[in-house]
Parts: sequence; structure tokens; C-alpha cells
Amino acid sequence: MSGSLRRRDVLLAGAAFASVSLSGRSDARVYGGGAPWTPGIAPGLADVPQTIPGGDFKFFTTAEAAFIDAAVARLIPADHLGAGAKEAGVTVFLDRQLAGPYGRAERWYMQGPWHDGTKSQGYQSRLSPAELYRAAIRFIDQHCRQQLGGKGFAELSTDQQDSVLKEIEKGKLKIADIGPHAVEIEGAKGPDGDTFFAVLMQNTIEGFFSDPIYGGNRDMVGWKLIGFPGARYDYRPYVERHGEKLDLPPVGVRGRPEWKDQS
Amino acid sequence: MVKKLPSVDVVLVGFGWTAAMVAEELTAEGLNVVALERGAWRDTPTDFAVTFAQDELRYMWRRSLFQEPARQTLTFRNSMDQTALPMRHLGSFLPATGVGGAGIHWNGQTWRFLPTDFVARSHNEARYGTLPEHMTIQDWGVTYDELEPFYDKFEYLCGISGRAGNIKGTIQDGGNPFEGARARDYPNPPLRMVYGPTLFAAAARETGHKPFPCPAANMSRTYTNPLGVTLAPCTYCGFCEKFGCGNYSKSSPQTTILPVLMRRDNFELRTQCEVLRVNRDSSGKRATSVTYIDTEGREFEQPAEMIFLCAFAQHNVHLLLLSGIGKPYDPKSGEGVIGRNYAYQVVSSVDVFFDDKIINPFVGAGALGVGIDEYNGDNFDHGGLGFIGGGYLACWNTHGRPIELHPVPKGTPKWGGKWKEAVAKSYLRTATISTHGAVMSYRTNYLDLDPTYRDVHGRPLLRLTFDFGENEHRLSDYLTDRAAEIAKAMKPREIHAKKREGHYSVVPYQTTHNTGGAAMGSDPRTSFVNRYLQSWDVSNLFVMGSTVFPQNAGYNPTGTIGALTYAATDAIKSKYLKNPGPMVQA
Amino acid sequence: MKIAATSISLGFGLACLLGLAAESAAADTSFARIERGRHLVTAGDCIACHTAQGGKPFAGGRPIETPFGTIYSANITPDRKTGIGAWSDDDFYKALHRGIAPSGAHLYPAFPYPYFTRLRRDDVLAMRAYLNTIDPVKSQPRPPDLAWPLGYRFLMSGWNQLYFDEGDFHRAPDKSDEWNRGAYLVQGPAHCGACHTPKNFAGGDKTGHALQGGVIQGWFAPDITNDRRTGIGSWSGDEIVEYLKTGRNDRSGATGMMAEVVADSTSKLPDQDLRAIAAYLKDQKGEEPAQPESPSQVAMKAGAAVYSDSCSACHQMNGKGVPGMFSPLAGSASAQSTDPTTLIRLVLEGGRTVSTDARPTPSSMPAYGWKLTDEEIANVLTFVRNHWGNVAAPVEASKVGAIREKLQETSHASR
Repeated sequence: MSGSLRRRDVLLAGAAFASVSLSGRSDARVYGGGAPWTPGIAPGLADVPQTIPGGDFKFFTTAEAAFIDAAVARLIPADHLGAGAKEAGVTVFLDRQLAGPYGRAERWYMQGPWHDGTKSQGYQSRLSPAELYRAAIRFIDQHCRQQLGGKGFAELSTDQQDSVLKEIEKGKLKIADIGPHAVEIEGAKGPDGDTFFAVLMQNTIEGFFSDPIYGGNRDMVGWKLIGFPGARYDYRPYVERHGEKLDLPPVGVRGRPEWKDQS
Repeated sequence: MVKKLPSVDVVLVGFGWTAAMVAEELTAEGLNVVALERGAWRDTPTDFAVTFAQDELRYMWRRSLFQEPARQTLTFRNSMDQTALPMRHLGSFLPATGVGGAGIHWNGQTWRFLPTDFVARSHNEARYGTLPEHMTIQDWGVTYDELEPFYDKFEYLCGISGRAGNIKGTIQDGGNPFEGARARDYPNPPLRMVYGPTLFAAAARETGHKPFPCPAANMSRTYTNPLGVTLAPCTYCGFCEKFGCGNYSKSSPQTTILPVLMRRDNFELRTQCEVLRVNRDSSGKRATSVTYIDTEGREFEQPAEMIFLCAFAQHNVHLLLLSGIGKPYDPKSGEGVIGRNYAYQVVSSVDVFFDDKIINPFVGAGALGVGIDEYNGDNFDHGGLGFIGGGYLACWNTHGRPIELHPVPKGTPKWGGKWKEAVAKSYLRTATISTHGAVMSYRTNYLDLDPTYRDVHGRPLLRLTFDFGENEHRLSDYLTDRAAEIAKAMKPREIHAKKREGHYSVVPYQTTHNTGGAAMGSDPRTSFVNRYLQSWDVSNLFVMGSTVFPQNAGYNPTGTIGALTYAATDAIKSKYLKNPGPMVQA
Repeated sequence: MKIAATSISLGFGLACLLGLAAESAAADTSFARIERGRHLVTAGDCIACHTAQGGKPFAGGRPIETPFGTIYSANITPDRKTGIGAWSDDDFYKALHRGIAPSGAHLYPAFPYPYFTRLRRDDVLAMRAYLNTIDPVKSQPRPPDLAWPLGYRFLMSGWNQLYFDEGDFHRAPDKSDEWNRGAYLVQGPAHCGACHTPKNFAGGDKTGHALQGGVIQGWFAPDITNDRRTGIGSWSGDEIVEYLKTGRNDRSGATGMMAEVVADSTSKLPDQDLRAIAAYLKDQKGEEPAQPESPSQVAMKAGAAVYSDSCSACHQMNGKGVPGMFSPLAGSASAQSTDPTTLIRLVLEGGRTVSTDARPTPSSMPAYGWKLTDEEIANVLTFVRNHWGNVAAPVEASKVGAIREKLQETSHASR
């Protein structure tokens, strides 16, 4: 039982942000004489996930959170089928993601020089996701105030919001064009609106369908909507039940309500 | 200050599938083997335990098991007239970091290439005449028959679940009748079949095809391999590719080799040690050591009698270029071998939407599916089609992870209430047919060092210049059309054929089947290694993995990588150790 | 090309013979005798306690937790100052047979002399002869950290009067040679009861309860009598042999302290010894445990939900497990053990079966301590202990909490 300290991937927002970065990788280690293993009761000994802490926003300002609430409510709206992205907690999910390693683009290659590139070369903005959201929200809000009667995006009617989102989706708005908030990018225009839209939609889907430990998919509403049973690990009894609607209650990494005593 | 360490018999660069296989084979011969892995130790109960492995966000979307572009990536462009830019985050392919490599997060689709794939140039030229000038495909220098025992050995190591189609020349009912002759059946019976692939099988039969259960490194029952290592039955949890298996049910170095290898006193694994270059003596004919750096920035020189490059496909090429070993490929003159003949895979799919059939996509396994092979390799007459090669079609039920899988019919808005409604309606009721096409090699698809961008150690990044050619588009369209025909025979409400259109892009995930860059062959002018994966120039240097493919076939590469590795270690044991030096005279 | 020497398992006896043998009075250094000594030292698993983590074999210093404090094992290499190199054969025999050191001081019974006293003198001296062949290591283990009054070794004489039954092994004439061989091994060198026999308040064996299971160092060493429910009565002799030889059979896998016993001792014993141990154990009568109280339906229902989502992938819905990989729980003696300490511990911190040459795959149970609350663990264990025909006392959340706290205290200190 050699004591193998583990690199702990902290996935989530919270006080531990700063503790893990690329430079925080553990020492080089030598292994031999059997595969190492250490029993572990506490997170850190085993490489286990942590549930995000609740409470205040870690990244968004109140105004930004209102923007995101409004935007994700249009991308996946609440309707006759049930809760939408806003009700599922996607704003909290996004907040914790943007405050963490993902928001900082910690795993991304972020060295210049910077060029726009072709579509097939992929993301070429020097903005990390957190910076991209911050810049895009300010720009879109400012655009709305200028064009739509002084109202920010969150204050618009849902039809107006849909029109703005369509403009962004189609790349008609250039986020780098935003005057004082223009992002300083050497020789590059910066991300188009459609780049931001693609990131926002992807992240919204993530927040709607990821495990509830990350703050979204509250009460597993995303999974219940489509019939995904969640973090189950054994479907052997169902392999040959062809064509049958199974209606298995979804399970999160942290369980489901039936795990508690139902007295 | 580089610290020089005591010499060992063998040093392995990287510690995934091929390194684990080489280490097991050569420690059993009594050699002292040291493996250097840039990532961390990983194992089932601690890194992907059943208690938390089913986490789509963490593993797929936050890339927990994958290579970090911040430390190493490549630059990419479609053509030589463009400026290559860094792949800033992962997309099209997903190399790993850490012990076990991509062998941890693969799906387990374990195929053999066709006999004609190994003689791609001579066979196609004989049948179809001269190939286009810019197509640089070549024969492998080894034949299917020569590799057969080693395919067999790898399949028994892994415990592949499947049904033979051709045992010693006798076609077997229910198997793939197009496969090369095999000495015996798979070690395990096929996985039990879910609904979508069952519907596909019926439609394929109805349209005159011969469907078969795809060969899977997911266990259909408890299996103990020839090394004595035991794997448990697959639970069809649907968290295979991009995930580690928490249930000991998917073959990986961890589940097939490491329990035995790690007990051997003559094996040592050093993690978080990244090899910077391979060093040679003054003659340049002999590799003497590797220089590596640990996470504290300390550099070490590890001398060895034999050096094996076992890193991911393009990383081996990168290391050769940085070490100045082998002649770099020049696309203008067509001379040189390092970086030459990079290839990939061309994939497409057809979504099949039902109203009345519940598919339950989440009851899945990485290689759970039914395939047909009528349109692979040269299994069909290409006369008049305008392309060579092909690929398999398969209806897989690999997973139902909803961030990745939420198919909607063609014409559905990309967001909003209608999108939500379509997702909710389609999720349980959609099957998908995939096509998996070969990619040929071309004069202008290659790897070299980028002139501008640097990695975390200040070394030039590798530069990838690649695009699909006309052959790939015609091939892929042909396969997609065939898939659409079978899809219609499944009697769905509607289908959505998603052809592979336009330029190759690094953005959407396609496959992690990157090949070439230090090809094998029988001519040192067009290959870097001989049929035993031994460098022509530096006879104690060996290159493992798909790096040596001269072009890619219409199958997933891991089975062939395994066979080539065992063929190499077999020759090393029977020839090289007795008489170190070139095993093939150029 | 140079080929590295592989002295993995062979050649040891030869090295012994060529080594520095004849320092002590143990004059007979014949190969056969040293081999017999090596065999007995293996059967006794001396190396486990007498080797510190990362330390030299037999050089001592490993902390042994006892209910009264921590003892550090002795250096039993032939070093004359810090080991036992200066001991006479009589000194060595007296230590094993009576628990008395050459100085006259009493040894603590964490050293299992209450078992070794059954060893024949010529066997003891063979062990000595073998220990003389290993490399001497200069290393002075630290003194014990014991609670008063046990720090006073002389008090041990009183303990011995109460709990120590000195004396040689006596054959049972009505039993087979194999049975007697097994009895000698179990009662003597292998000292199975040191863990598997319940202890009284003073740490002595509870008389009349031999091998019925006991708590030791935070584990419950299970009942290994022939009782069908809590013991190994449902195991065949061959299954016992397979378990001891490979660390695994279709019913169970060795984890925790037993993993070390298998790795260092039983997997290296000849099959005939293992068969003898099996024959003896199969003849040990258990004590039918009292009928336990019934579990609450609330706990069973919640436990069933946790089980189906968190446990069934490996242990299966029918509780039958995966033979050789994941232990069955239905009908399992461990699952129904009178004391759930080991079960709780395995759920909290995970466990891994021993890796042996015969069964190299270390199948593992992941840790659930971070994921399940005390109550969820209590409920799922109560379910496991009372489903598929299993019968055992419900597990209380408070007991889970206490073990969790204890593990959290010690887990960092000991690694």
C-alpha cells in the first residue's frame, strides 16, 4: 500500500479554485512492486467529485446573472413539457463553471500570436470563456440599450430577446466592435457573435443535462424530460427488453430521493 | 544540469497500450524495463470508480482524462498556403495523458484490417490501374497472414467479444464473411444485442447484406486472459468512450496487463516524466538515451540499450523531429520520411427517427453494435466509382449521454421551444448508423515543426497540414448513401443523413484515429521503420502505434496496433536479442 | 546485450547457505533445516509484523495497534546489538515458548507467544536457523506507547497467569494426520486465533470461543469456524485452500489485514499445509449466534434503493456477485458477520483484494465514504444483511459514524 498522493482535479467552483492549476501537478513518482492503492475515506485520497457549494454568485454580477437567466430561458424555455434551463439552475451552473478552471481556459493553449483563422481551425480568440462571457454580455446589453429603447437584454420582451439571440447566432454582431469594451486583440477582430452563441448554447445544454452536483439539472429535470436514467451503472436486466419504455427513475452521482428514509 | 541515471535495458516513451505490451513481453524475457509517462498514475478504483465515473461533464466535456493543450497541442491548417494556428482546445480527436493512455477511454471497437489493406498500393494498382500521382499510399511490408497470430494474441489478451466470420478459410454463419482467415474464434461470445442494432441487422439482411455483431473489447462474460488477469462482465452502462470503465469490463492496460506487470521486479514506471528528446551517439546510428523532465523542471538522462517510442501517434513524430532523427519529409520534393503520410478517418452518420419504437440509447457499451462490411476495403467493385477503399457501416448503441447525444430531425431550430420539444421526443426513439471510412495518404498531408508556436517546454509545436481529398469525399458519400438505404429499410418516420462535407475541421469530434508520420514499409526511402517497427537508420530505436501506418484503413486502428506490437516484440525476442542490429537489411 | 538478473523467487535457499550463517549457537545449518525454518517463518507470517512500511525485512519497527496503545515490533534480524543475533537458542525458544525475553522481561502478547508456545522446540530452532541467514540490519525500534499500567512489563506475568496456557502441541490421536497437521499450524505458527478469536477486556483470547471472529486493529476478523451462516461452513475444503493460496475464491476475496497474510504467508505455503488447515477448520464447531433483531422496513426500503443504484453493478441484484471478481453477498458469511466493523470500513474507505501470482487482478471496492451518509451506509448494509435469505443484526448509523471518525483520525497519521 504505497501512499500515492493523487492529483486532485478540482472540477468545481468554491474556495479551492486557486489550489489546482497546471503548475500544481504532483511530483514525478516511481512505481514498482505492484500497483499502488490507498484506501480513502476523504476526498483527496480518492479522486472524487465534490458538490458545488450554494450561496452567492462566484463569477456573475447581479446584472450578468439576470442576463444569463433571461438568455437561457429563451434557449431552453419552460413550457408545457416542464422546466427550462433557468428553472434547472443553469445560471448557477454557468457561474461556477466560469469561476473555475473552465472559465480560465486552464487546459487550453492560450499563447499568441493571435489570428482569426478559418472555421476549420476552431476557436482562435484570446479570450478565456470567462472573459468571453463578460465581454459579450456587456456588448449585447449595450447594443440592446442603444437599439431597443434603453432596455438591457433581460428587460426586453421575449420576442425581442429571441430576435437579438438570432442576430448573435447568425454572427451579425461583432463583439470586438464594442467601443470602450473592445478587447485588445493584436491583429485580430476578436470573436464573432456566433462564436459566443455557440459557446453559450453548448454550456446551456451542459448545465441542463449534467449531473446535479454541478448546480444545474436541478431535481434532474433535464434527464426526466428526455428519459435518461442518469448515473446508473448496470442495465443488464434491460438489454433484451426491446422497444420497452423503461421509465427508470434517474440517479445522480449523489443519489436520488429514495435513498433517504421515507418514513 | 541534467542528471545522468544508470543505464537500463529498455526505456519506453509513454505508457499506454503499446508500452504496456512491450514491457510485459520484454520483462518476461528478463530485461530491465523503465517506462516514462508524462501523466499521472491511474487505476480503476481511484480514478474512474463506479461511484463517480458516470459523469459526462467531467470526463467528456471538461476533458479530465485527456491531453491538456496548454501543455502540448499542435497547429493546424488545411493546406500549405494557409498559416497554421494552434488547436487551442481539443475537438476532432482526443489523445490521453496518464498511465494507460487512450487505452483507458477508448470504446473498445477492435477490428482486424483486411488482407488487401496491407497491400493497398499493389492491390489497387493491379485491379484499377495507376493511382493519382499525389496519392502516396504504399504497401506495409508485412502481410495479413504474417500478422494473424499476433491479431489473435492481442484479441485473447483483451478478451474480445465477437463472432468469427472466417475460420481457416471456412465462412462462419453470423460473422463477418469478408474478414481475413483467422485461426480460431474470438475468446468471448458477442455481447447481447439491444434494439437499434437489431433493427439495423434485420434491415441490412433484407437489403442483401450480411450483418454481424461488431468485435468488442467489452466483456460479454467474466474472462481471464492468458496472463491470468481477470475482467468482469460488461454492465452496458453506456460510459465507455471518453471514460474509464469502473467495472473492469473494458480491456485497457489496467485491466489486462498492469496487474501482472506491476508485480515484476524488473519493471519500473516513472510518472509525470515527459521525454524531451532521444539522444544518439556520434555515429548517429545508435540511440543512447532519452532526456526527460519531471514536473519540478529537473532534467534527467536515461541511457538504455533499446528505446521504444510508445506515445500517441503524432507525438512519436514530434519527438523524432525534435531529436533530429530520420529525414524530415519535404512535400515539395516528396523526399524524407518523418511526417510523411499522415492520415485519419472519414466518418459520417445517418440518424433514424421512429415514432413507435423505443430505442433506449443509454443501454449501451462502447463496441455494442451490428456492422456490415460489404463496402469496406476492396470488398466491392470500385469500377466507375472514382475512389478506392471503403469503410464499415454500423449501428452502434454506445451510449445515451445527453449533452453529447440529443438528435433532432433535419430542419429543427437549433434552440428554443421547438428544439426542446424535438429533443424530448427523439431522445428515446432514434437510432444512428455510422460510417467509418478509410483515408488515403497524399503528398500534401503531412506533419512538420511549426515555425511560430511553442509548447510548455519551449519546443516548436507539431504542425499538421491535412484535408480530405476527393477520394475521401466520394468514399464517404458512397458509404452515407448506402447507410441511408438501410436506414429507410428500418421503416422509420424519417431519416437525417449527415454527410461529411467541406474541409476537414479540428472542431467537431470525429475519431482519435490519427495515423502515419513515421511509416513502416520495405523501402527506407519511403518508410522510417521496417516490418518489425525498427528504425532503418537507428537499429535500437523502435516506433510503436498507428504512427507507422502508411495510410489508414476503414476500421478502428487498435486491433492492428496490437498485432503490429506483438509482431515486433516476437521478432525482438527471437532475433534482435540474440543478435542486436538491423533485423531487415535495407 | 546485457540481460538483467532475475532473482525474483529462486535461489533464495542457496543465498542463505552461502550467507553469514554460523554466528549463533544454532550449529545445524543444514539446508533442510533452514528450509523448514523458512517454511515456518512463512507460515507464521513473521515478516508482516516485523517489517515497517518501507523498511528492511524483519528489521521491526512496525506499529501494532492494540486496545491499550501502540507497540512497535522487534528487530529479528541477526544484528547483535539491535536484533536477535546475540540471543542463544535457549533465549529464542524461551521467547517463543513463554513470552520472556533474554533479559527476563515479559513480552507483550501482541507477539503471539500464546500460539507459538505450541511449536516444537526443533521447529523453533529451525526458525532461528533460518532467521540467522538473513542480512543483519542495525535498527532499534522505538519503545511502546502504552497506557498505564500496561507499560509495566512485569504486570504481564499476571496477565500470563490469567490468559496464557503454556505448553506444547498435543496430537489428537482420534484424528487424521492431516487434521493434526492443520491443528498444529492453526494453533501454532499460523496463530490464526490471534485475530480470529474474540478477545476479552484484557486482550486475552475468550476461552470457549476459538476462531469465532474478533475485532482487531479496526477490522473484524471473521468467524472461521464451520458455522454455516456466520462462519465458513458453506465453503468446501477446496475453496478454503483456493482462498489461502490465491487470495480469492468464488465466495470471497482477501482484503485488509488478511490480504497481507495471503501475500506474505499462505500463498507461499505448500498445498498440503493448506489442505491440512482446511481439514482442521472444517472440523471447528461454531456457536449458533442468537437470533438478531429484525430490521425496520424503512431502513430496508431506503437500503434497497441505495443498493440497486450503487452496489448492484458489481454484486448484482441477486446478490450473487461475479465469481472470482466481485464477492457474492447472498449467503455470505462476511455480510452476516456478528460484528459489522469490516463491512462498514469497506464501504467507507474501499478495499482491494490481494494480488497473487495465481490471481494477479486486484479487484477493488471503491470508497463510498465521500458519497454516502452514515444513515445511507447503515441502511444499505442492513439491507445486504437481511435480503436474499441473509439474517444479521441491523447496522446503526451511529456505529458507522464512530468508525468514520476513527478512520479519519488514523488515515492521515498512518500514511
